[in-house]
Amino acid sequence: MIVTSALTKRFGRILAVDGVDLDVREGDRYGFLGPNGSGKTTVVRMLLGLVYATSGKIEVLGQPVPGRIAHVLPEIGSLIEAPSAYGHLSGRANLTLIDAAGSAAGGRRGRRQRIDAVLDRVGLGGIDNRAVKKYSLGMRQRLGLAAALLRSPRLLILDEPTNGLDPQGIREVRELLAELNSAGTTVLLSSHQLAEVEQLCTRVGVINRGRLVLQDDLAELRRPTGRVVLRTPDADRAAALLDGRVAGREQDRLIVADAEPAAVNSQLVAAGLRVSEVSAERRSLEDLVLSLTGSGSDRVDGQRPSR
Amino acid sequence: MIRVELVKLARRPRSWVSIALLCGLPVLVAVFVAVTHIAPAPGQGPTLLSAVLSNGSLFPAAALAIVLPIFLPVAVAVVAGDAVAGEASSGMLRYLLARPVRRTRLLAAKLIALIVYVLLAVVTVAVTSYLTGRLLFGNRPVALTQSGGITASNVATSLSGTAMTPAEVLIRTLGAVAFIAVSMLGVGAIALFLSTITDSSLGAALGALAALVTSEVLVALNAAAAVSPYLPTRYWLAWVDFFRQPILWRNIDRGFAVQGVYVLVFLAAAWANFASKDITS
Repeated sequence: MIVTSALTKRFGRILAVDGVDLDVREGDRYGFLGPNGSGKTTVVRMLLGLVYATSGKIEVLGQPVPGRIAHVLPEIGSLIEAPSAYGHLSGRANLTLIDAAGSAAGGRRGRRQRIDAVLDRVGLGGIDNRAVKKYSLGMRQRLGLAAALLRSPRLLILDEPTNGLDPQGIREVRELLAELNSAGTTVLLSSHQLAEVEQLCTRVGVINRGRLVLQDDLAELRRPTGRVVLRTPDADRAAALLDGRVAGREQDRLIVADAEPAAVNSQLVAAGLRVSEVSAERRSLEDLVLSLTGSGSDRVDGQRPSR
Repeated sequence: MIRVELVKLARRPRSWVSIALLCGLPVLVAVFVAVTHIAPAPGQGPTLLSAVLSNGSLFPAAALAIVLPIFLPVAVAVVAGDAVAGEASSGMLRYLLARPVRRTRLLAAKLIALIVYVLLAVVTVAVTSYLTGRLLFGNRPVALTQSGGITASNVATSLSGTAMTPAEVLIRTLGAVAFIAVSMLGVGAIALFLSTITDSSLGAALGALAALVTSEVLVALNAAAAVSPYLPTRYWLAWVDFFRQPILWRNIDRGFAVQGVYVLVFLAAAWANFASKDITS
């Protein structure tokens, strides 16, 4: 779906994106992660032909970008950074303008039905004629999503689609994306809400300071680490029993170097110890990403410039 | 895309407010003149206004002379400056381009919407001021003097020059409207170019106005006489020559030519810049 090789973008002296080899496969729910200022948005903009790469190649839906961008974009729905709309017009009027714009514009026939359908999809079916500037952030986000869905795209490129939504709204969007994905839409989701990505995505790429530092299936990244985490009221005796295999302990929580939670559990129970929780240890996406990236560019530490 | 741009222009309150203001100023002037019957002496005050007292059908020309120096260029610069920069600052530019709208097409659609706006503004001013003029000043025959000055012929005073039939007044007014529209398009092209450079519509509009002010200053400056024929505002007032007998084509032709070059050069620059630009807004 999306393949980039050695994709590089330089803004003046700043190297924003540095040799990124992205690989999003058909049917993926791809989570694109990275701290603020790491180059996520620049990559997304290059995929959409808004920003021109300094060097490197991009292929989207099997076609070179930006060379054949006009053939690629009609198959893509996108939400880039924040949703935008003409504030003085209603949501419906905005979608009408968007639907009528561009070389792949939908015909006038069926426009109303298309717009009603996407509004229903994003939960704005009963929207009235008030101007978009009076919408809440969540409603704007839904409207942006509706615009991205107007053409039933094969590929959805979404940047922070759940921004401004309440927990209920976040879940709705997640379910909508999962539904679209199972109907065959590939989803590229750029976000820094790691929990969000963890729940939705099947594959992740992590970008830091313009470089792609990780790209793998989420299941692979989250496979058991070969250790067991257990919680027991009899922590002292358990530690003594498992002596030599205890890799760490915090009060009643033990980390045991053993791949089999069931075996550890039966050993403890056989010795008459109580176990309140036991499970294979998995790395959380958060730990993984934080260990790879450090803080984003919105944090400025270090020496104060001398005066 | 052109339809979309026209719909956007039409649904923007600003378009109508600015046109209403453009029409309002000449009406205000007309009311004052009609009530007091004090017209500026010939050669003073807004061009042609002195002739209006006796013939209202000349008022469109006077009205255009009233809005031309400031109001009209400001309105045009605001609309043209907003064309691309406004989309950029509202965040819609990226969505339009990702729709996809080809950049050249978007610029062309913006240009056409701008042309429509300029024509609409100039024609509306002409029409409303014609109605105002007929209503407030009546319609006596108009005379033109050989020397280029215009005097209103009424029974008492003027017999010099040739009288103009209403049809002639109409044709000459249309010529003036066309000339002014092209001049405004020159302003629009400069603002449109600046609009592709900056993401601030205000900056683009003010930049274009700054260019005009600079041009006005240099036109008035004898020391800058060498460059003056090439300045955008040099022939702005040449449309008055449409109301001379015979029509003095020299400056009108040059005015059209200069504006044509400005329009072409700045549109080409706008296209070159916009088509190769990174859209980071």
